Amino acid sequence: MSSSTPASATDGAALSAGSAAAATLRLPQMRRRGFFRRQPTMVAGLACLALILLAALAAPYLGTVDPSSLRPIARLREPGREFWFGADQYGRDIYSRTLYGGRISLLVGVVVGVASLAFGILIGLVTGYYRRLDRVVMRIMDGLMAIPAILLALALMALLKASVRNVIIALVIPEIPRVVRVVRASVLSLREQTMVEAARALGAETPRILRVYILPALVAPLIVQGTYICASAMLFEAYLSFLGAGTPPNIPSWGNIMAEGRAYVQRAFWIILFPGAFLAATVLAVNLVGDGLRDLLKVK
Amino acid sequence: MLPLILQRIVATIPVMGVVALTVFALLHLTPGDPAEIIAGDYATPQDIAKIRAGLGLDKPLLTQAGIWLGNVLRGDLGTSIYSGLPVTTLIGQRMGPTVALTVLAVLISVLLAVPLGVLAAWRQGSWIDRTIMIFSVSGFSMPVFWLGFLLVWVFSIRLGALPVQGYQPLADGPWQFLRHLILPAATLSLIYMALIARMTRASMLGVLGEDFVRTAFAKGLSPRNVLLGHALKAASLPVVTIIGVGFALLIGGAVVTESVFALPGIGRLTVDAIVRRDYPVIQGVILIISGVYVLLNLCIDVLYVVLDPRIRY
Repeated sequence: MSSSTPASATDGAALSAGSAAAATLRLPQMRRRGFFRRQPTMVAGLACLALILLAALAAPYLGTVDPSSLRPIARLREPGREFWFGADQYGRDIYSRTLYGGRISLLVGVVVGVASLAFGILIGLVTGYYRRLDRVVMRIMDGLMAIPAILLALALMALLKASVRNVIIALVIPEIPRVVRVVRASVLSLREQTMVEAARALGAETPRILRVYILPALVAPLIVQGTYICASAMLFEAYLSFLGAGTPPNIPSWGNIMAEGRAYVQRAFWIILFPGAFLAATVLAVNLVGDGLRDLLKVK
Repeated sequence: MLPLILQRIVATIPVMGVVALTVFALLHLTPGDPAEIIAGDYATPQDIAKIRAGLGLDKPLLTQAGIWLGNVLRGDLGTSIYSGLPVTTLIGQRMGPTVALTVLAVLISVLLAVPLGVLAAWRQGSWIDRTIMIFSVSGFSMPVFWLGFLLVWVFSIRLGALPVQGYQPLADGPWQFLRHLILPAATLSLIYMALIARMTRASMLGVLGEDFVRTAFAKGLSPRNVLLGHALKAASLPVVTIIGVGFALLIGGAVVTESVFALPGIGRLTVDAIVRRDYPVIQGVILIISGVYVLLNLCIDVLYVVLDPRIRY
């Protein structure tokens, strides 16, 4: 996004072996100033993300009430002093539900990101290195990628029981092939390099080659990809819940709260407005961090 | 050129085969008895047995896979458990609104996003570039249905200018058709626009540094002429690719958008089928949409070979 001077590559360089010494020399200088000026949007994203994370974790101490407590008398109450973000059709406090709902969205985002990377790395490393497996596995991955992610997740949710764990499973499966592709592409190009050839000539076994020479080079692109997966997983969780095939209704999540408010768009728009704004802000923040990391780590 | 095109066509066969098998496996590899899941919580043992026999679930797995593939090849996607109608008929009935919505959304996004991307690349680093890029990253961070409700709230509820929801076929007059479709299409196009604008900018930046662009500027051509006539032409292939790849996102967005605006399209069909656990319909929709997606990308691949004689696979 912003200019990419050689110095901004320090973090990326630190991750790949070779230039580690040069990186430690430049690192303090980068920390002192410049970082904010070079990556203003990333800093903004990180700050926003930290605030939302804090709000979700510290929800009980931020003036919230029990997010499931019903108060029929406050039905569809407008946002005001008592109900900061208004109340829904059962008189539940939208502010409390939004803060607690953030926990589910963030949890789903992070777990889906990490799990997709873990499975993707495993499959990608193995298939990239063993030619025989490669053809079969990649055909399967191509086929899986031809199915739009939301449809695949929806179909999986139709068979699995509604629970946070199953939402995570349904979102991880469509993401795995995308990670496998990135990993495999890197493995295919890295395995031809002289250092790998030399290691093999010295008698290094395949697991060691994968661990020592190939995995470290994958760290930077995968961190970036993981960030984007995390962002889209939070959106997809909301889509699934909104369509009635996601997080069960008794657990507030941003998608759920909005799904319940859809019948009241005309009378109580706040039920949709506030959780949606939080979701949009969170996803935007994660995407900004992803873009910043991509610049910083010089991916692609 | 022809062998290359044939090669691309042949390459899609295994992909579609895997899609068909995945769709088949969806029902069979999940834990539990599919007949029981489809029948729901209040089904009698007779209901379950009926569903099991109706879907052929009592036969061995390999036989079932064979029957399923054979039927798919003959264009038979089974019958809906809920309505008793053939799945192909149901999909045919619901095709109209979805096609109208996606085509309109693609038109809006390409027409707006490509010029924005070109502008951002040309004025790289300026406030115009920054604004367009912030708009772009916000675009694909926005929950589709939330944006849809915001638009409904502003244009339909506050201003009363457009209908809240519903669909009018084109046959009933283009004005009503557009009035009902403009908000859904605007909602849906935002993500796609963001994606295309970003790719156009990146691709143009790569091209703008090249010699032929400098030459074109040097010989006094207007910036418009150079950007649109020379640079964009050279930068168009990645943009066309992202339009094809982004179709998957678009169709996912369409499912959500149709739900917000109560459009009777494929998305609604899918969501209703999921609520009713009408699995033959879910399988049929996934198969058809993935087929369209693969076909679209095949067309783009073929287009490449025709457009750019340098490409050799």
